[in-house]
Amino acid sequence: MRWMKSEQIKEIVARLCIEANIRLREDILKALNFAYNQEKNLRAKRILEAIIENAKVSREKNLAICQDTGFPTVYMDIGQKIKIEGDLKRAVNKGVELGYREGFLRNSIVSDPLKRNKPGWKPAIIHIDLVRGDKIKITVLPKGFGCENKTRLKMFNPTASQREIKDFILETVKIAGPDACPPYVVGIGIGGTADYACLLAKKALLKKIKNHPDTEGVGTKIKTTNQNSKIYKLEKELLSEINKLNIGPMGLGGRTSALAVNIETYPTHIAGLPIAVNLSCHALRMATRVL
Amino acid sequence: MKKIKTPLDGKQITKLKAGNTVLLTGIIYTARDQAHKRLVRAINQKKKLPLDLKGQVFYYCGPTITPKGEPIGSCGPTTSSRMDIFSPAILRIGLKAMIGKGRRSEEVIEACKRYEAVYFLTYAGCAALLSQYVMAKRLIAYGDLGPEAIYELKVRDFPLIVGIDSHGKDIYERRCR
Repeated sequence: MRWMKSEQIKEIVARLCIEANIRLREDILKALNFAYNQEKNLRAKRILEAIIENAKVSREKNLAICQDTGFPTVYMDIGQKIKIEGDLKRAVNKGVELGYREGFLRNSIVSDPLKRNKPGWKPAIIHIDLVRGDKIKITVLPKGFGCENKTRLKMFNPTASQREIKDFILETVKIAGPDACPPYVVGIGIGGTADYACLLAKKALLKKIKNHPDTEGVGTKIKTTNQNSKIYKLEKELLSEINKLNIGPMGLGGRTSALAVNIETYPTHIAGLPIAVNLSCHALRMATRVL
Repeated sequence: MKKIKTPLDGKQITKLKAGNTVLLTGIIYTARDQAHKRLVRAINQKKKLPLDLKGQVFYYCGPTITPKGEPIGSCGPTTSSRMDIFSPAILRIGLKAMIGKGRRSEEVIEACKRYEAVYFLTYAGCAALLSQYVMAKRLIAYGDLGPEAIYELKVRDFPLIVGIDSHGKDIYERRCR
């Protein structure tokens, strides 16, 4: 049995909140640079340049990448051999508040969703999973609400065709259009139950993205992000179709409508096929630590 | 590249065309969901407003907490379409421009035409970069709303793209509708 103090977790959560909000994910920055080089549309190129410049300014000046510092969402994979001293959820929420205050991050959370009182920083959304071992993995995803508002779930018939599924995903991207800060990262959850598909769609955003080229033979050699090659093929086809929609950065046209498509799957029931889509804006922020 | 200064008048506005890039210098006011709701309620009840909107510019923005020693924190645009139901009433009493991101409704396009107003886009998701164009920030009204309060921002060469012009032309027309 390994002992850990909840106070230590509070400190780590605080650091992760600041890090996630100020330092853009390396893989996202790489994908933005890749998109910049590929983009032919001049206005799209100029906007991508501003997005890349923004990541530089935020890093150098310790400023939030986006003023919407999100609904802090904390994922914890806790090893079964760990015993935590103190109130874990309270420690996480205190850590979020500490990090957000110290990092000058925005207070965007209203405690009463109907009364809409003065916003604060907590509570966070906390997902806890028990795993094997004696380690604890903490991930903070401060996702903004401009793109969260575009989330969609559809309970398909189990006999639905791949084309129907693809069309629903494309429709979701089209509905978001210019409004939710394209180029997007498209998180998709396939299977499970209604609630679980939504969780999977968001978890798909946590996966590292690769710079898939739109067409064969362009760009560097691609390693599969998902070992399941059928899913990888679907991700690639969807990305290619999304990038033909001509939404582009800020929705002003261009070939860069999405940076990546990530899919997570789970077994499902014989009577259904839940599909959830969770879009992230280009500022996909996240920080992780294993203790 | 066009340069404009606030307060704006009809003459300046009518020269702007959808797609133009513009640098704005002067005063803009942050206002988003809850501030819009309160302003429109006050207009409907014929109550005095906390600021004179004639010739002014609204920026759909809720900045982060201001870091020590800085004029402002990160301050990018929020999704404009949530303000669509309030904008025509506010344009009617003299607001001349709105800054945000994304599409607007037909009613807003119509109101831009009728009241000689304009809707600007600015770099979406580039809040740290945009903070570099803001010189000063001052609370004007609704302080209890925190980041959703109305703040006066003094800006220099704030980068904009005309989204909807006063002739009713929309940059997103045909592209995404």
